[in-house]
This record gives sequence, structure tokens and C-alpha cells, in this order.
Amino acid sequence: MTDTATPAIEGWFTTGPAPALVGTRCTTCGTVFFPRASGFCRNPACDGETFEDTELSRRGTIWSYTDAQYQPPAPYVPSADPYVPFAIAAVELPEGLVVLGQVADGYGVADLHVGAEAELVVETLYVDETGDRTIWRWKPVVEMGQEADQ
Amino acid sequence: MSAHDVAVAGVGMHPWGKWGKHFVTYGVHAARAALADSGIAWQDVDLIVGGETVRNGYGGYVAGATFAQALGWNGAKVATSYAACATGAQALDTARARILAGLSEVALVVGADTTPKGFLAPNAGERWDDPDWLRFRLLGMTNPAYFALYARRRMDLYGATQEDFARVKVKNARHGLENPNARYRKEVSVQDVLSSAVVSDPLHLLDICATSDGAAAVVLCSTEYAARHGLGGGVRINAISTVTPTFPNTVMDMPNLSTDATTAVAPGELTFKESIGAAAYEEAGIDPSDVSLAEVYDLSTALELDWMEDLQLCKRGEAEVLLRAGDTTLGGRIPVNPSGGLGCFGEAVPAQALAQVCEVTWQLRGRATGRQVEGARVGVTANQGLFGHGSSVVLSV
Repeated sequence: MTDTATPAIEGWFTTGPAPALVGTRCTTCGTVFFPRASGFCRNPACDGETFEDTELSRRGTIWSYTDAQYQPPAPYVPSADPYVPFAIAAVELPEGLVVLGQVADGYGVADLHVGAEAELVVETLYVDETGDRTIWRWKPVVEMGQEADQ
Repeated sequence: MSAHDVAVAGVGMHPWGKWGKHFVTYGVHAARAALADSGIAWQDVDLIVGGETVRNGYGGYVAGATFAQALGWNGAKVATSYAACATGAQALDTARARILAGLSEVALVVGADTTPKGFLAPNAGERWDDPDWLRFRLLGMTNPAYFALYARRRMDLYGATQEDFARVKVKNARHGLENPNARYRKEVSVQDVLSSAVVSDPLHLLDICATSDGAAAVVLCSTEYAARHGLGGGVRINAISTVTPTFPNTVMDMPNLSTDATTAVAPGELTFKESIGAAAYEEAGIDPSDVSLAEVYDLSTALELDWMEDLQLCKRGEAEVLLRAGDTTLGGRIPVNPSGGLGCFGEAVPAQALAQVCEVTWQLRGRATGRQVEGARVGVTANQGLFGHGSSVVLSV
């Protein structure tokens, strides 16, 4: 990932040493939304129309996981030729929502378990004419000592 | 049996396959088959409802009118429904509602599709506000990847195995052998499934349903009309559930990138899929233990196991026990997908929920040759589609 790297989608996550997803919180009922909600709250009991940005928890527990062993169709942009499979995790955050993400480079389904902990990182999704385009990913949290065992 | 029953006067299908013909060709074939089955002339149909197909141009968007014109304009009222995989059930519900309101007497409901090869991908163009586009662009999330998330949960939470998923395929392949409308009619072994390529771990190619061309049609009429003309062999629709989710919907659903959050509102007692079945049972006034057979949406083998629990045919986490005991095989206690299911058909989106109703109708009439559930009295269907759509239909005789 180079210094000129830019997010593949604007405003969905922060970058830097402790990146986080950016959602919105309804100022009326407090419900958090990711991807961001704006305009109207989707809680049926709430008529809120104002939202503030909120960074979501960077860690959660794995709800489930899989991988993509065949190259997905466009608009997916492959990052390598020939295609390199990647893993995918759905991670439940303390805010009570589950967020999908690719799994960090170097990790596969063998490194994942339902209920295990994962942490958000930002990595390159693909490269275009502007340089690296980045995305959030889930990285398994490996406790000290476990890494050596693997 | 209740005051909001309607009669199934006739059903018909065009065989599923990859025939490469125009969807209207299939739709007209199924419609004519259903009309012939009912003994009702097309000129006597006063409402036609089409299941929209989104992959066949304008004619697909206005499918009801397209089929009406192809059959020959007869002055019937027209409607077209789109509800993703639940399209056919929603079309059926539109017809049922008009009949129950006394606004129509005989309705023809038709769904047909011509599908492209390979992964279902979003339509062309950049759509940065469309989750169905973003899931491919940002995550490379295909439909099988979502199915795989559900399958993996069964393994990690309930001890399901890839062999269990393969057993679903083996069972359904056997069920579909004699079904003239099924696309795949060939025995499959557990080893065949396990040695097919892994698409999205833990699912193999043979765990995942294909996309197919096909069509299904149902002729509905009021119970009075059926009695007056001696139609339909007594099969009735007792319930059509097309409920939406309840906020917060906390189960990951295709094509979303996330679920609702429980920050302000606690989740309800039932998941979305559980609520689809519960609403159908409530409307029909029956108990899950009354069900003789189920046709459920096995987009993947593992999803059939989820549906058995969502429809309360067994307790959560126990579907593999029934499967292994042969309870869900023809001749077992509660046969699931006697038609062969999507595993034998492949998915033809706007036709699929209607095809489920066709199969249950044949089963309840005792005419499902080579795959008959003996003594079938009550059948239930279930499916779920994109964007909060799902359906369950209860039929009885």
C-alpha cells in the first residue's frame, strides 16, 4: 500500500494506524447504521432525520466466514492475474450489527472460527490509474503465543 | 379450510433447462398447460398476473401484459409483480386478494425466465448507492458466498458436516429422477459432491443450485367458482405469507453488506425467515406438525436444513438428525423437496415460487408420479429473496 493510496469508496472508513468503519448514529433514537444512513431513520418507531458520524468498534466476533475460490464477476476488480482467492468474514460488532468484509491478506478459512475475535485493518483492494485503492478487511486476532504454534 | 381459501383450478410448467429460447415461449407453454389442466378457457380468465423478469428487457418488466398479449388480448385485468425469489408467490397473492375481494373470479398467474450462464451478476453500469452492485465491487460477494456463510454457521454451531450437505444433494437428486420438469435427473453420490470443486468454502459446486430457464403457471379461482364447475380436485391455497422483516433484522441477508444494529431496539423473537413460515401457519390455522411435505428453497444444500428449522419442522440445530435418519426422504416422516428441489431444477427466479406451488398441488392430488408422498394432505413452501422479500404458501386438500 503506497502513500498515494485512496479508499475504494469515499467516507466509509478511516485510515491510519487504528482504522475504523464510519457509520452514522440517529440523534433521535441512537440507532447506529453502517453503511451510513442519512435523510431518515430506519427504526420504525423513530421519525429522526438527523445523523452524526460515528466510528464503529474496531473489534468484533466472527458470525461466519467463507472464501471466494472463483473470481467474482464484474464490477469486482481483480487485484492479481491469475486470480488469487480471498476469504470473507461476517463480523458482529458490539453495536449489535454484523458487517461483511474480506479477510486480511495472508489469512484463509483455516484461520477463522465462528465466535473468534477479528480486528479491522485497511489494505489494498485493487490498483487503478490513481494508484492503490483501499478497503476495510477483517484480520483474525491471534493471542500472544498462538502465532508461534501455527 | 377457512373463509380466505381460494381454489387451485390448474397448474402447469415448462420443463427447466438451458433451452436458450425467449422467456415468453416458456411462459405461454406453462400458461396453456395450466389452463388445459383446469379445463378453463383463456377467454374466461378475468385477471392475469405476471412474475416480472429483470433480465429480459421491457417485455420482462411488464410480464403480465406480455403474457396476455402472447396468449391473445382477452380484455382481462393485468398486474405484474416483482419480489425477487418470492415473485411468483407475490403474484399469486395479488390474484388471491382480488378473488377474495370478489373483484375477479378466475386468475392466471405466470412466471418465466431465460437466465444467463454462471454467477448471477448485477446489471451493467456504476451504481455506488446500490448494495447489490457494491457487494461485488467492494467485497467480491457472490450469491454462493452468502450461502456459504449460513452453511459454515451450521458446521461451527451444530456440528453439521460437508457430508451432511452432500446427503441433501443425494436425496434431492433421487427425488427428482422421475420428475419430467426437472433439469437434472441423475443420481449423485456423496463422493460426487465432495469431489466437485469448492466454490465458497464449505460449499462444493454440487451443493449450489444452477440458474435455469423455465416457467410455471397456476390458475386460481374462487371456491364458489370451483364448486360450480367441479374444478381443481379440491386443492386449496390456505395461506400466502409475504411478510417483510422486522427491525432490527440481525441476520445477514443477500445482497446487504451489513445487518441492522440493535443499538436502540432489541431484536424480536423470530428471525425474518422464521416469521415467513409463522405467518403462513397462522393464516392457514394449522400447526407445523400438520404438514405432510415441504418444498423449500435449496439455493444451497445447507439452506434446505436451515429452512426445515425456520418452518418449525424440527428444532433449531436438529435438521441433520432428521436428514441422517431418512425422515426427509420420500417415504420418511416429512419429505422435503419431493420435486427434487432447486438442486434438480436450478433457479428460474420469477417462476420458482410458482413451481413450488405446482409441485405441492400435484402431490395433494396424488398425481406426483414416481415421487408421490403417500397420503399427502397439507404442503408448505418457502423461499427468501433479495431486499426483504420472502414467501411461504400453505396448500391443503
